[in-house]
Amino acid sequence: MTSFWSAWVIVLTSITIIAITWLLLGNRKTGAKKEDTPTGHSYDGIQEYDNPLPAWWFYMFLITIVWSIGYLIVYPGMGNFAGLLGWTSTGQHAERVAEAETRYRAMYDRYLAMPIEEIADDPVVRRMGMRMFGNNCAQCHGADARGGYGFPNLTDNDWIYGGEPATIETTIVNGRKAAMPPWGNALGDKGVEEVTAYVLQLNNREPDAELAAAGEQHFKTYCVACHGPEGKGNPAMGAPNLTNGIWLYGGSRGEIAHSVRAGRNGVMPAFKDTLGPEKIHILTAWVYGLRNTASAQP
Amino acid sequence: MALSKHDKIERNVSLMIVLTIVAISFGTLVELVPLIFGKQVKEPVEGLKPLPALALEGRDIYIREGCNNCHSQMIRPLRAETERYGHYSVAGEFVYDHPFLWGSKRTGPDLARVGGRYSDDWHRAHLFNPRDVVPESNMPAYPWLFENTLDGEKTGDKMTSLRAVGVPYTDDDIAGAADAVAGKAEVDALVAYLQQLGTLLQMRR
Repeated sequence: MTSFWSAWVIVLTSITIIAITWLLLGNRKTGAKKEDTPTGHSYDGIQEYDNPLPAWWFYMFLITIVWSIGYLIVYPGMGNFAGLLGWTSTGQHAERVAEAETRYRAMYDRYLAMPIEEIADDPVVRRMGMRMFGNNCAQCHGADARGGYGFPNLTDNDWIYGGEPATIETTIVNGRKAAMPPWGNALGDKGVEEVTAYVLQLNNREPDAELAAAGEQHFKTYCVACHGPEGKGNPAMGAPNLTNGIWLYGGSRGEIAHSVRAGRNGVMPAFKDTLGPEKIHILTAWVYGLRNTASAQP
Repeated sequence: MALSKHDKIERNVSLMIVLTIVAISFGTLVELVPLIFGKQVKEPVEGLKPLPALALEGRDIYIREGCNNCHSQMIRPLRAETERYGHYSVAGEFVYDHPFLWGSKRTGPDLARVGGRYSDDWHRAHLFNPRDVVPESNMPAYPWLFENTLDGEKTGDKMTSLRAVGVPYTDDDIAGAADAVAGKAEVDALVAYLQQLGTLLQMRR
């Protein structure tokens, strides 16, 4: 604030306080209740007395005035005067953050120094991780981490980019951008139908062997580079396994055909700028620890 | 008698109005007026640019659909909030916002830093039907955003108006505005708006 506006605030605030004090004291009536002197206001025959303010109300008002003066001395309010306490909302925030830092740092550091495999089943990590997952990951992967249409299930032991702790951590830190191109133009409608048939055959779901055989030829041309010769996928490229019955975008004939025709470009956002390494470590451990829930659940 | 002063004010409505205005003006004069001329509300944070045409249309859809009735765009400097949403909001981030969309009601989460937190696909799925991705959500679905398209007819005019109140749109921005949005679905505009929200200030939580 420039010194002009600072002075403006100080002068007007002072005037307000003085005016209110004057209003209170200048209009004060003392002495006993004068019930015999009505104000002259008369509403439907009901008359108003001109009694003094109740003492408790008067003193309460005085206290608020004294309080405001004290407040303006201790806290910022009078223009550029910072107040004797030097309080600011951002300063208070920084203090709280520093407090939390000293309180939790040792625990974070202890876990950060331990390998993910070792802490994945630690009950404290399970609880902390679940909170972090709920705030940062559940919106896409679901509160139970089982994902949804277009968002991978993290409990099924099938990993698009690999399920090793280091890989999971990389996924959280840098995010992922899937890049399955659309093949509709290259294959044409017939080609898409054939490739879809072949993909279904890989799962023993295609009765039309002839159609699937034609699809296999296309598959060898267009799909093997990422999904591999047997369709088992390639985690290094984020190409999913097409033979295990786990479908990110649905496993119906129509959904598979759509994936082939239009491509898929799922995105996992990067968390390196929002979460510190100690939290990503715990989150990774929590996600890695989900591998045990899968075997427990059918 | 002291009463006569009261009488004068109480029996003269015009005088009472004038004095009431004087009395309540002090708060405005002290708390509001200096801020209007204050540096911190005029200086944009580093990197702040006027919204691109598509995001600008998205912002208007955000207002039209009443998103700001349930979502605030104001992260207060409290650790519980910065821990969840990221760096607290600062005045310089809103220099080009006319009007502000800070909001005061949080039925849904704060969106001040929602940019980049989810994929575009997530936003589209979520806007089409929030329950598809967040089963316990009570947010309404907005399926018509996928059908309605923008013609961009007024986008340039909106930029011109914003320029009049100090948003530094260039002539090129305004000339290219219609082409940048014409034919796009409303949902694309809204997602473009959401994905840039609050991305200038980063804080590791």
